[in-house]
Amino acid sequence: MSDPNLDTVERAARTPDHPQPFAELGMKDDEYARVREILGRRPTSSELAIYSVMWSEHCSYKSSSAHLKQFADKAPKTDILLVGMGENAGVVDVGDGWAVTFKIESHNHPSYVEPYQGAATGVGGIVRDILTMGARPVAVMDSLRFGRLDAPDTGRVLPGVVAGIGGYGNCLGLPNIGGEVYFDEAYAANPLVNALCVGVMRTDGIKLAKADGPGNKVVLFGARTGGDGIGGASVLASATFETEGETKRPSVQVGDPFAEKVLIECCLEIFAADLVVGIQDLGAAGLSCATTELAAAGTGGMDVDLELAPLRDPTLRPEEILMSESQERMMAIVTPEHLDAFTAVCAKWDVTATVIGTVTDTGRLRMRWHGEQIVDLPPRTAAQDGPVYQRPIERPYDQDVINQHDGRDLPRPRNGEELRRTLLQVVASPNLADKSWITDQYDRFVMGNTVLAQPEDAGMIRLDDGSAPTGDTGGTVRGIALSTDGNGRYTRLDPYTGARLALAEAYRNVATTGARPLAVTNCLNFGSPEDPSVMWQFTEAVRGLADGCLELGVPVTGGNVSFYNQTGSTPILPTPVIGVLGVIDDVARRTKQAFGTDGALLYLLGDTREEFGGSEWAHVVHGYLGGLPPQVDLDRERLLADILINASRDGLIDSAHDLSEGGLAHALVEACLRGGAGARIVLPEGSDPFVALFSESTGRAVVSVPRSEEVRFTDMCTARGLPRARIGVIDLLDTDLDVQGQFRVPLRELRAAWRSTIADRFAP
Amino acid sequence: MPPRIGVVTFPGSLDDRDAARAVRFAGAEAVPLWHADTSLHDVEAVILPGGFSYGDYLRAGAIARFSPVMESVIAAANDGLPVLGICNGFQVLCEAHLLPGALQGNAARRFVCKEQLLRIENTATPWTSGYRPGQEVVIPIKNMDGCYVADERTLDELESSGRVVARYLDGNPNGSYRDIAGVCNAAGNVVGLMPHPEHAIDALTGPGTDGLGFFLSFTGVAA
Repeated sequence: MSDPNLDTVERAARTPDHPQPFAELGMKDDEYARVREILGRRPTSSELAIYSVMWSEHCSYKSSSAHLKQFADKAPKTDILLVGMGENAGVVDVGDGWAVTFKIESHNHPSYVEPYQGAATGVGGIVRDILTMGARPVAVMDSLRFGRLDAPDTGRVLPGVVAGIGGYGNCLGLPNIGGEVYFDEAYAANPLVNALCVGVMRTDGIKLAKADGPGNKVVLFGARTGGDGIGGASVLASATFETEGETKRPSVQVGDPFAEKVLIECCLEIFAADLVVGIQDLGAAGLSCATTELAAAGTGGMDVDLELAPLRDPTLRPEEILMSESQERMMAIVTPEHLDAFTAVCAKWDVTATVIGTVTDTGRLRMRWHGEQIVDLPPRTAAQDGPVYQRPIERPYDQDVINQHDGRDLPRPRNGEELRRTLLQVVASPNLADKSWITDQYDRFVMGNTVLAQPEDAGMIRLDDGSAPTGDTGGTVRGIALSTDGNGRYTRLDPYTGARLALAEAYRNVATTGARPLAVTNCLNFGSPEDPSVMWQFTEAVRGLADGCLELGVPVTGGNVSFYNQTGSTPILPTPVIGVLGVIDDVARRTKQAFGTDGALLYLLGDTREEFGGSEWAHVVHGYLGGLPPQVDLDRERLLADILINASRDGLIDSAHDLSEGGLAHALVEACLRGGAGARIVLPEGSDPFVALFSESTGRAVVSVPRSEEVRFTDMCTARGLPRARIGVIDLLDTDLDVQGQFRVPLRELRAAWRSTIADRFAP
Repeated sequence: MPPRIGVVTFPGSLDDRDAARAVRFAGAEAVPLWHADTSLHDVEAVILPGGFSYGDYLRAGAIARFSPVMESVIAAANDGLPVLGICNGFQVLCEAHLLPGALQGNAARRFVCKEQLLRIENTATPWTSGYRPGQEVVIPIKNMDGCYVADERTLDELESSGRVVARYLDGNPNGSYRDIAGVCNAAGNVVGLMPHPEHAIDALTGPGTDGLGFFLSFTGVAA
């Protein structure tokens, strides 16, 4: 039975002038012309579907790839990278035969349209990326940005996003160990939801996304394909062929975490039995992406009978099947000998698995629909050789003005009482206030390997699950630490420095827990690449990050670019979110944030300068953004990290907390409240109390040193040349934070201010 | 021979590995039990761990209650086999009518994950005999549907017969009636508990070691 509405290869060759809705699918004239040139004819509607999604900004990185090359060009020499950029996620050797893969990805726009499902499927997507590498996902983190806390729409978006992240991640059994939440008007109609996942495997267990070996089977498994997430494809189904009844399908995908949980266990069992040649998850661009990428990276060809794909909605057209972003699906390449064993594992977990094609050496991706040829294209042209743009770049017209108006004249607190009031205001700022209303909706205990979770400086996971005797590693248990950071205000003031600041803070956070930073992932959230001033922000940030990674000796392992984050013509604050992975030889040696040792001495490490550009103080007290962000000194960051790591290993410190937004004052408050311990602070002699308390100079941390270790610790700082100042002492019995000569504030009052901001906003 | 404790894995179980680890910490052998298998492999006790059994898109535990392994668990429990249901396991035990009452959505309609103070009120069960009566412990709680409900008469009866195993202190995290965190059946061998003692067996990864007592209670008796 021939389908009169089916656009076959034969029909495409016969009807070269048939009009096609490439513009509606987001393709430019010259891109469409290039497809015709590649194929030597007009594309079929299925081929047009494939090229339009594969050449989209999201999949092809066409505006960013020319700049992202710097991460490879400037990569530090390293032998820890087992898999570099370009795969689903990079893989890092962390020692003892363990490999770790991690990546962060955005799901910004869906999370604005439908907060719960948008955020949930963001988690689901990044978890599948990690799983695809052969790893067991072991933790997630989230980096979130919303509009003002008191804006009405934040009351819709934030609770939905948080419930979605929790609803999906909790059901997968992945501990949520950290992340960030910031509020700024710039994100009002464009929240950022960046989800990170980390996975662990043995170094010999890495899987790659390639379809090797002619004759091997292409297996689609997991959830059935439905009409969700299709977006533009309905244009093809309706506009081109005048099929009756245009379908309005949801453009945001719908998640089923139970299906993904089962898929994870099923895949891990398949990996353990070594039953796949290659594997790829189905994320953005669904089957289009999986088939073209697997074929392009492998032997080069693939034949697919598309009607074999199991459907949730039997009325789906081939174009829609190709573009569907239905969740919880994977594609594996399996040898014929292993096929029975593969399907047996799927059956055990009640996962649908269907052979839909075969690997070939033809160099062509060919698809049929009930026997008729609907796709015949060279897969590399879709997956790898997409368009590359050198977009115009121009420094924003207002950049100099913003930098010059540095807020030096903003009124500052002048006495102890005013400092005290400022502290309470800063502590209660939405950006710095207690986030437990949010993080208490995430399971941080599951799997039983969470050594540190938010609000600690970094999350930390034990690699060995404690089930095996630890004798063979001398009783120590290796762990990994992760932190994400990014400050849109700093980046707006100076994108080159802003990216380096984000890197420096994530690096410092990891080192603060005692782990050695090893590798970097990133999620670069920017406005429209077609706006030259946004491109300037983007290229400056990429350059800053690449330079920074080289200077710190930590390679970029992969990442994600999210463009078009803007409302009308107003872009968001440029927000590169940087994730740093570190390793610690013995998790029992980790350093916590809380003040807990009575009488321990407090030391401030690093230099404090008068730096208030982009500060939380200027933001929350004056609503002001101007000047330049704090300076970055990456040599200093390395030195500070060394000291923190060595001090942790040698037991010289009982706590450590990095200084960032809100400066020393906020760091002290957090460490006091976390430990329920008071502290007596004596600010360094001759310092301006306001600057000492609230400046956001980087490369600093506050540590508590037991008296017995003071000499060893200070000797180490002296020998290495790290400035340090003794600034006080922990007093467990005191119920105040006492900044001597300035003010005294009860912990109870600080806790009330810190806790109520977010909890009250979303009460009950 | 260490005692053998079965840990059931439903497809959506999440804390099964943690429960097995806690069993080993307490000196027992953890025997994996598969949801589709009716055999209990001669274990001396069974733990139904936390998670989302079959997705729990219907009422939590409503489908798990009909699984092949539960057929055997229900029969054995009625014959006196010690059974501990944690979180989702508690939900399954209520759905299976091994325990009275039901677990509804949290009062705040949000998932809640926190370190929770509890009081152990019944130390006569095989899972709590190692605690002192009235002992206060800190154990994580994490659930969406943790609000324990029952009719007044059942609640009165549970209290008067000492079948409230644990109660929330210092704030009720989910709206449970009479702050009930855990109950047992009339014979005392079946215990359901909403908090997660398996996440409080090691100060490195939990709030402390207060939860280990549930597992040590059993191994102490059996040893």
